Amino acid sequence: MLSQIPLSYFLVVSTLMFFIGIYGFLTRKNLITILMAIELILNSVNINFVAFNRYLYPDQLQGHFFSLFIIAVAAAEAAVAIAIIISVYRQYFNIDVERVDTMKY
Amino acid sequence: MSIHELMFYLFSGMILLFSVLTVTSRRILRAATYLLFVLISTAGIYFMLNYQFLAAVQLTLYAGGIVVLIIFSILLTSHITHKFEPIGIKKMVFTIVAVAAGAILTITTVLNYGFNTVVASSQNPDMQLIGGSLLGYGRDGYALPFEVISVLLLAAIFGSIVIAKKEKSK
Repeated sequence: MLSQIPLSYFLVVSTLMFFIGIYGFLTRKNLITILMAIELILNSVNINFVAFNRYLYPDQLQGHFFSLFIIAVAAAEAAVAIAIIISVYRQYFNIDVERVDTMKY
Repeated sequence: MSIHELMFYLFSGMILLFSVLTVTSRRILRAATYLLFVLISTAGIYFMLNYQFLAAVQLTLYAGGIVVLIIFSILLTSHITHKFEPIGIKKMVFTIVAVAAGAILTITTVLNYGFNTVVASSQNPDMQLIGGSLLGYGRDGYALPFEVISVLLLAAIFGSIVIAKKEKSK
């Protein structure tokens, strides 16, 4: 049964996934790959919520609904981010974060 | 080793392997495909924890919606054959040190904290319970965040249409 797997195993997996996402966020230069790293981070947080819900409060559903709302927010965020990326591409013809710096200085 | 443990190790191994490939692959379309595998294995973990509805939402919305959106935008903005330049060794080493420090700190904290785990009941929330809670406004009701999320989605639709719209040529 499920009780054979301790809760901390899920937390270790989601922690590793979170920090892999941070690594991608810091090293990638293409805007779309940065967006994919953010999706990894959001997904790892979802695993945390669901595991806590199942192991600590199995008769309530708070973590379940938090994950649902996080997924909805992630969908909205991806849509807006991709709209911005396409708009940037129209202006500069590339989406490297290091070359899109007109507003920086 | 029971079937549950086997499934857990399979899914978490897939998640970790494909997450690393997602952030290190030098071809962008491959990175998107690896991200798809990560999301599908996460849905497998939700199935394992007996949250069928959440797993279905994860499959349809994340794996079906967001990944397709990302792949479309990749096709619109980059060449498929293009390979990224490798990252500078200095940047890579510094990032790995920072990330590993954070991961080790968090994992030691997690492993040393004693959670009061309840013996997990294997009942899964059925659709009636989920729908009633999402639209309920009493105790354990989520009507307010549900409405806020719907307004947010509407704003995101309008915002992305306005941002991505072609400007009139003067």
